[in-house]
Amino acid sequence: MMKTKNNSAKTLLMGLVVIAVLAVLSVGAEAIANSASSLSIMLAVLKKATVYALLAVSMNLLNGFTGLFSLGQAGFMLVGAYTYAILTIPAAKRAGVYQYYDGGVVKFSIPEVFSGVLGESIGPVVGMVLTLVICGLLAAFFGWLIGLPVLRLKSDYLAIATLGFAEIMRTFIQFEGFAPLTNGSNTLRQYTTFKHLYPYVIVVGICILILVLLINSTYGRAFKAIRDDEIAAEAMGINLAKHKMMSFVISSFFAGVGGGLMAMYMSSVQAKGFTSAMTYEILLMVVIGGIGSISGSIIASFLFIGCSEWWLRFLDDPANNIGGLSLLAPGFRMVVFSVFIMIVVLFFRRGLMGDKEFPDLFRRGKRQKKGAAGK
Amino acid sequence: MQTFTQTMLPTLLAGISAGGQYALIALGYTMVYGILRLINFAHGDIFTVAGFVMFYAITVMPVYLAIPFTIFVTVLLGFTVERLAYKPLRSAPRMSVMISAIGVSYLLQNLMWYITGGQPQQYPVIPWISDKVVILGQETKRVTVITPILTVVLILILLLLIKRTKIGLAMRAASRDFETARLMGVKINGVISMTFVIGSFLAAVGSFLFFSNYSTVSPTVGTMPGLKAFVAAVFGGIGSIPGAVVGGFIIGICENIIRALGYSTFSDAFTFALLILVLCLKPTGLFGEKLEEKV
Repeated sequence: MMKTKNNSAKTLLMGLVVIAVLAVLSVGAEAIANSASSLSIMLAVLKKATVYALLAVSMNLLNGFTGLFSLGQAGFMLVGAYTYAILTIPAAKRAGVYQYYDGGVVKFSIPEVFSGVLGESIGPVVGMVLTLVICGLLAAFFGWLIGLPVLRLKSDYLAIATLGFAEIMRTFIQFEGFAPLTNGSNTLRQYTTFKHLYPYVIVVGICILILVLLINSTYGRAFKAIRDDEIAAEAMGINLAKHKMMSFVISSFFAGVGGGLMAMYMSSVQAKGFTSAMTYEILLMVVIGGIGSISGSIIASFLFIGCSEWWLRFLDDPANNIGGLSLLAPGFRMVVFSVFIMIVVLFFRRGLMGDKEFPDLFRRGKRQKKGAAGK
Repeated sequence: MQTFTQTMLPTLLAGISAGGQYALIALGYTMVYGILRLINFAHGDIFTVAGFVMFYAITVMPVYLAIPFTIFVTVLLGFTVERLAYKPLRSAPRMSVMISAIGVSYLLQNLMWYITGGQPQQYPVIPWISDKVVILGQETKRVTVITPILTVVLILILLLLIKRTKIGLAMRAASRDFETARLMGVKINGVISMTFVIGSFLAAVGSFLFFSNYSTVSPTVGTMPGLKAFVAAVFGGIGSIPGAVVGGFIIGICENIIRALGYSTFSDAFTFALLILVLCLKPTGLFGEKLEEKV
């Protein structure tokens, strides 16, 4: 018992150090990105990838560590994104955003309320972070609500039910009846966002750290036991319903926070964009990184976003065609990229990291022992 | 009576027509699921590809060639997808195969986007089936009328194939017990390929009917009908052929009634709410067989 406590304290400390280092690095990266216009895409990629890292890890908690194949991620992100946008549009700009609905029903903006209390410099930040927590809580509440009926279902039935739920969420948000709150099918925009990269890194870092601590705790071990063999886990005294629900709700919470961050990154949200394709992309990140590896998910989301948004861009430019071939044209990058994904899915099913974590790579003996015990 | 023909009849006709299209796609899902226990997420995209192939084929060949050509390409695609993306994972966990299906769907969508430039295309007008006809005083396209008839005819042929032929027997054996069927000398790969061929064929036929009504093809247009057809398959009892058909018609009709009542935003939500309801109350669907839990 003492040992696990020490271990988690160590992980916590290590994690905080890593987050601090990454935050400093991200300030540097931002300076580099701003120095040349050709590098400006790097900043966008880093922001997007950071957000996706959280989304991928939260999906991995469910699909990789608990063995619940859920495809409802886009639905929870939608809840988070809308909650964030609705609560942070400055009061003065509401009339413009909700132009068809008399400025909407929400008349305040949380960052503004806090800047009134805590001052201009710290208030908005506290407000924004608090709003992100609200995003998570609301998504978690929806997760609980959905979990009640669907968590009884098995594998692919669960997948399709959660997918269906995400589609239902999308419909409801666009419903005219809720329009004074959600702006119907119009975009929400002009809300307060993080200006720099480092707040994204810090928020995502802390969220992932919490998830790491959770997965290393007794709860995490219970999740893994459920994944490996439900019936055996139940026989060992693990309350299946309780732990599945817990994993589902926690994953929804972080998907909600991720959705809020995503809203920030995109600077305008519309329910139309949160399709099942978005969930599939996150799932593919989890698969590429290795189902059941947090560091794998993080690395994969950076590679995924980097490839799809940046490094493969040259494939889209007809000017780069060599010889008589006219293969390179807009969209070709995504074809190459998806062929690459299929190769990973078919031939490297364990992904980049399998179920190992980054530090495991440096601990040979320990890893082998762990591997033998795990399988 | 007058009000019925004016208000309800077009709704019902549209519903039955949409239902027939869902049923044709749903058969592809249900047959594959019956044998492989795989939700073929790429099926909706194969259906979309059929739409695009028709769009391009009609520019270089007459209609009577374009239709068989489209069917041929779609069937070939279904066959190839199975061979390349699902066959190597035969002994892998079910989740891996499902992920592979999602990967294929992603690939097909990106490929279509690349080839077409992402622009929605106007579906060609197929003569005769796109003509206007008048039924009980209501003008509609002929496709609306022939969809249910064609669907029923195709399904009867399919049922004959499954009940009366050797390959049908093999399919039933494989869907009952994959491993035992294999031990009994059923050439399982051939059976699975045949399933995909039939499924893709029906998807191609469905695409002629669907796009003649819907008229634009874009790379992601197949996702929604694909998912709804899957819901239809689950609703009817996955693995059951009459179930998929009944499910398809019920969903098509209900959706159009909801639309006619003025809640068109909720027509998609209804379908998925129905799915969740069915899964929770009667996961085996209307006609599904009870699956035994294997430890």
